[in-house]
Amino acid sequence: MTENGTLQIVLYLVIVLALVKPLGWYMAQIYQGTFRPPLLRNLENLTYRICGISPDSEMNWKSYLITMLFFNLIGVIAVYLLQRLQVSLPLNPQTFPNVAPDLAFNTASSFATNTNWQAYAGESTLSYFSQMLGLTVQNFLSAATGICLLLALIRSFVRCETTGLGNFWVDMVRTVYYLFIPLAFVFSLFLVSQGVIQNFKSYEKVNLVQSIHYHDAKQVKELREQIIPMGPVASQIAIKQLGTNGGGFFKANAAHPFENPNALTNFLEMLAILLIPAAFCYTFGLMVGEVRQGRVILIAMLIIFVPLLFVTVTSEQAGNPSLTALHVSPSPIGSLYPGGNMEGKETRFGIVNSAIWASATTASSNGSVNAMHDSFIPIGGLAPLWLMQLGKPVFGGVGSGLSSMLIFVILTVFVAGLMVGRTPEYLGKKIEPFEMKMASFIVLVMPLVVLTMTAAAVVLEAGKSALGNPGAHGFSEILYAFTSLTNNNGSAFAGLNANTPFYNILGGIAMLIGRYWIAIPTLAIAGSLAKKKCIPSGVGTLPTNNLLFIILLISVVVIVGALTFLPALALGPIVEQLMLWNHYGS
Amino acid sequence: MDAIKHMKTAFILFMLLSIVTGLIYPAVVTVIAQAIFPWHANGSLVQQKSVAVGSELIGQNFSEAKYFWGRPSATMPYPYNAMSSNGSNYGPMNPELLMAVKNRIATLQQSDTQNHLLIPVDLVTTSASGLDPDISPYAAYYQVHRVAKVRNLPEDQLKILIHDAIHPRFAAVLGEARVNVLELNLALDAFDENHHKG
Repeated sequence: MTENGTLQIVLYLVIVLALVKPLGWYMAQIYQGTFRPPLLRNLENLTYRICGISPDSEMNWKSYLITMLFFNLIGVIAVYLLQRLQVSLPLNPQTFPNVAPDLAFNTASSFATNTNWQAYAGESTLSYFSQMLGLTVQNFLSAATGICLLLALIRSFVRCETTGLGNFWVDMVRTVYYLFIPLAFVFSLFLVSQGVIQNFKSYEKVNLVQSIHYHDAKQVKELREQIIPMGPVASQIAIKQLGTNGGGFFKANAAHPFENPNALTNFLEMLAILLIPAAFCYTFGLMVGEVRQGRVILIAMLIIFVPLLFVTVTSEQAGNPSLTALHVSPSPIGSLYPGGNMEGKETRFGIVNSAIWASATTASSNGSVNAMHDSFIPIGGLAPLWLMQLGKPVFGGVGSGLSSMLIFVILTVFVAGLMVGRTPEYLGKKIEPFEMKMASFIVLVMPLVVLTMTAAAVVLEAGKSALGNPGAHGFSEILYAFTSLTNNNGSAFAGLNANTPFYNILGGIAMLIGRYWIAIPTLAIAGSLAKKKCIPSGVGTLPTNNLLFIILLISVVVIVGALTFLPALALGPIVEQLMLWNHYGS
Repeated sequence: MDAIKHMKTAFILFMLLSIVTGLIYPAVVTVIAQAIFPWHANGSLVQQKSVAVGSELIGQNFSEAKYFWGRPSATMPYPYNAMSSNGSNYGPMNPELLMAVKNRIATLQQSDTQNHLLIPVDLVTTSASGLDPDISPYAAYYQVHRVAKVRNLPEDQLKILIHDAIHPRFAAVLGEARVNVLELNLALDAFDENHHKG
């Protein structure tokens, strides 16, 4: 690894961590209602009046769940209808036809579940109206849904002997108004200043400096023009990065120069990926009344994240040995030449920024990409794949990530309690069989769906015919796809042609299961915990704010993740890496 | 009853938030962006004699020997098709990748038989978007010998041209140094015209 590479990584981590405290503090204030920005506060109150919401009324876990499901269902239907009717709707300057039903279903479930898997190619499929009222809206609302879920779970630790978990509408409105809109607004204007486009024009035609000759149906054609796509891109990209959404305006996502034009936008977009998930650890600490509890979780996340990040950087920087064998130079020359494995990477980002992005986007369930993961060196692609397979406890999606980590905390407390014979409890709440059953369900449902669907796709012709690469790499493409879908990540080994009825429908189902079959038991745990007595910690309590607990927590996350997926990984990236070494030497 | 009330609230709130985040927010951003950064907001188009010849951010295909070449592009059905951004998505051992790279190396070497410098990886691998506007400075210097010969220009002058076209890392730290291929080639055409006139 180069010196500059190390410097860029350190700078990235330092700035993410420096923002944890201020943003985490702000979020704790808005959710506890102790600080509400003026102006926006009026908008909030107005919204409640229009919708007939009484902000002080509390919901039990079932009401909270039902309102969440209703709200998300409307989102799915709206995105589906917008795509199916886009010809008859305004702001379609390229007159794109209505989207096919299977693709529209996939995209609708993708955006409502905060997955933002892209089976569509934005610039040639979706009208500006669909992009804005379908995708941009869901970028806000699905991300806010994840945060609502987390808030309910956090409250269940804080509150004693009650059924109330807060009010879903209030949590939703505050997240959108106080958190997302101000951040996205400022960020999108900054992105425009750097070259991210923002307009409603029809696509521009420019005269090429050198014309292109190409073969089309055995004829040689000459092309003198280039069509340049337009659209309201910046407003969507800002929230797509902040809300761990990740679905791009364009097919190439954040590798597209109009989504991510230079090193500075790239740095800030990477920052936006981890910003809210990391800051929530501090918010959590403040809300449960002990900042250390949040810090412990953040440290555990970092200890898992950083080594895997270095695995990807090192392996991509080493280059592709099969190209080195053809006298292609893999070694960097100062700032003149990045070297490394540049297939599927952009010059302005080089190796280091592509690798940091790949790690952050898969850890956090953002799923946007600035390089093509399919073309990574096998081990370099394994690290992001495995980060997803952990089930998003490392940063994870906004809200959904920390709640997933808290489920692992419950498991850890229980396991540790068994080992030392102490009553398992966390933050003054006893962990009992009901919570354990639900937590086990949450941990098991994801791998079950991923592995079953992968197996089905490998066996069925409809699954195999979509492969973009032969051999073990093809298997990795399928495994990556279902891992990404079920964990609501959205990134892909994009050689897989996922826009087929088979993948659209099966993938759509995987996303819905991955989101709601985890949300439901999580809320059930919250409902059960809130009802319990709060017991002051005594000598019999296992402390959850020290180094020992960090080690235990990491072990549980890593062991569960490794045991479940090691056999599948052995068939994909591991065997491919061994073949590469065998062929060209390590 | 409760469920119906929730459904009604959900519907109204959804409509309201859709208007705020899906119409008002992008519209306000557009109005401000068009007022303050109109050139950037409309695609950073490069004009020459009041005709748009490209976008500074979107690469173009250069294959003639007299131009500096950019990254190979995997877009279909022709390279640098901005209507269909995409990478090749070839895995590192895919035989098609190896074949394509071999062909690109052969093309580079045939176009400049006396060039024995190490081959820059960015000139033989496709970018992620297929629209990468840049190459590394080394990849530009690598092509000086060919371009100088075809255009009958002094190599030193071309090296100065490249040197002036290098965009360094942001704040000397972030990203990678790069040369915008369209910008370099437009500068090259202009230089060539002046050089042979004078």
